[in-house]
Amino acid sequence: MAEMNERYLLDVDNISIAFGGLKAVDHFSVKIRKNELYGLIGPNGAGKTTVFNLLTGVYQPDAGSIILDGENITGRKTVEINHAGIARTFQNIRLFSNLSVLDNVKVGLHEHYKYSLAEGILHLFKYRPTENAMDERAMEILKVFELDGYADFRASQLPYGKQRKLEIARALATDPKLLLLDEPAAGMNPQETVELMDTIRFVRDRFDMTILLIEHDMRLVSGICDELTVLNFGQILCQGETKEVLNNPEVIKAYLGD
Amino acid sequence: MSYRSKTFKSNMITYGLVAVFYIICEAMLKSGHMSSLMQGLLVPLCYYMVLAVSLNLVVGISGELSLGHAGFMCIGAFTSAVFASTAGKGMGDVPELIIALIIGAAFAAVFGFLIGIPVLRLRGDYLAIVTLAFGEIIKNVINAIYLGVDSKGMHFSLKDVKSLKMEDGGQVIIKGAQGIGKLPRNATFTLGIILVFLTLFIVLNLVNSRQGRAIMAARDNRIAAESVGLSISRYKMTAFVISAALAGMAGVLYSHNLANLQATSKNFGYNQSILILVFVVLGGIGNMRGSLIAAFLLTLLPEKLRFLSNYRMLIYAVVLIAMMIVNSSPRIVAWRKVMAEKYFKRGRAGIDEPEAAAAAAAESAAAQTVEEAAEEERKED
Repeated sequence: MAEMNERYLLDVDNISIAFGGLKAVDHFSVKIRKNELYGLIGPNGAGKTTVFNLLTGVYQPDAGSIILDGENITGRKTVEINHAGIARTFQNIRLFSNLSVLDNVKVGLHEHYKYSLAEGILHLFKYRPTENAMDERAMEILKVFELDGYADFRASQLPYGKQRKLEIARALATDPKLLLLDEPAAGMNPQETVELMDTIRFVRDRFDMTILLIEHDMRLVSGICDELTVLNFGQILCQGETKEVLNNPEVIKAYLGD
Repeated sequence: MSYRSKTFKSNMITYGLVAVFYIICEAMLKSGHMSSLMQGLLVPLCYYMVLAVSLNLVVGISGELSLGHAGFMCIGAFTSAVFASTAGKGMGDVPELIIALIIGAAFAAVFGFLIGIPVLRLRGDYLAIVTLAFGEIIKNVINAIYLGVDSKGMHFSLKDVKSLKMEDGGQVIIKGAQGIGKLPRNATFTLGIILVFLTLFIVLNLVNSRQGRAIMAARDNRIAAESVGLSISRYKMTAFVISAALAGMAGVLYSHNLANLQATSKNFGYNQSILILVFVVLGGIGNMRGSLIAAFLLTLLPEKLRFLSNYRMLIYAVVLIAMMIVNSSPRIVAWRKVMAEKYFKRGRAGIDEPEAAAAAAAESAAAQTVEEAAEEERKED
């Protein structure tokens, strides 16, 4: 009974979506506690990114509900869901490539530092103090990811690993309750992956963040995730604490190979 | 040097260029060194600069290819001309022009908003085609309007003067395809330059604001912009409406530079929209200073080449191609950078070198990432 009363930050109940005849995600449920680092794994085409797209309103679920911190966000649009408190990164990096690194983060701060269009055009009143506050806050976030030295670079000039970090920084700038990371280690070498693990842990502690991540890299998953859900053909294969899940024979068979 | 002070410096150079242009022209005017042909070109130069910079806001900053810019200019021209030949009559030049500018900008903004509602739901080529259509619709509708005023108020018809059913002594303002006559012709070069400054001020400031960043973020990556909570349609609309309002102001300048205003395909048609787009593309998309320079050169050129009679458009075309190559060909751009470094940076090489080296290293790394990303995308498909 104790668990029934426990409040979850994210409570996904039985969501499904079908594309034509294909059930891409079928009765998916997950409960994530505050401050938890949760992993979503599964073979290619299992529906992991589709789950992310459902959580962030890119797709609307055919059935089921998504509750974020007590607020029902099922069926809302991407923009509203971000305002409700979910931020994400993408499997294939999506930065604002022609903006500076600093401006990328400042776009993330957009909803939290406001002034009117007239003030923006005339550069008057709240413009200067707000911009200064934004710069300061953005530099603070960049420093966490050791990107402060690159603030004036164009985002597309950054090397690959740093672009991934910048994407996380931008997502954090929107001050979310839940951070979704879609394959953060994709394309990174082993050393970069280790660095990234430290960064993710640090982000959780420093920003008191709850993180749900999709990952292929087993080392990363077993190294940092508290709990795991394994997805296969759109369905949950196994759910629970990381060690148990990784030792489950079915998981080993489906995902890690015989 | 920080990003912000770099932008500040670049903006100051742009304003400075316009100021220098104004001072030189005024000096030539005052000392009588300017031909009457050139004098006649001064106001057109100003409205083309305004049009180029305002279209660059939509094409370069918001990233939508709009081909109907002359339509908004047309709305500004006609609404302000109607004002000038009714309520504006007998006012002094300065108050008349100020009110005309406000009216022209406001009407163009309203139409920008109304047209933006359907148009901004589209993307890419489709958006371009529909804006082109709206531009033509505006011109053709205005071409068919008959508008008169008598003691009972305004009369409106799309047929002919008779169907206005006016009292004796009523005044016909717009006579269909004959347009509006007897306009004040009170636009001056100084007013034009003020408008160029105003346009630059609005656009350059917008780019460096929270709203401008949102507009550019939506341009660079729509999906990511939504994922950080930006309402894309709102910011695309902001850019579109501001751009339309500025084009409306250019139209006011246009109508106040003529005695007779007609909506023909030459002044408000498709060709005019394309001409403005040519300024934007050749000046560099997103580059306001480039738009100014391109508008200046390409307005002046056909006039200066008049002595070549039929060959002048041939030369014009060659110049267009040459400008395109100089501005966009990767090899020439690289060569320009090398040359610039050789001749301009030698004096302060010691300061700039580490930064430049870091930038170069980052650039090569970025090129690599782009290739990798492209490859990845291919795999995903």
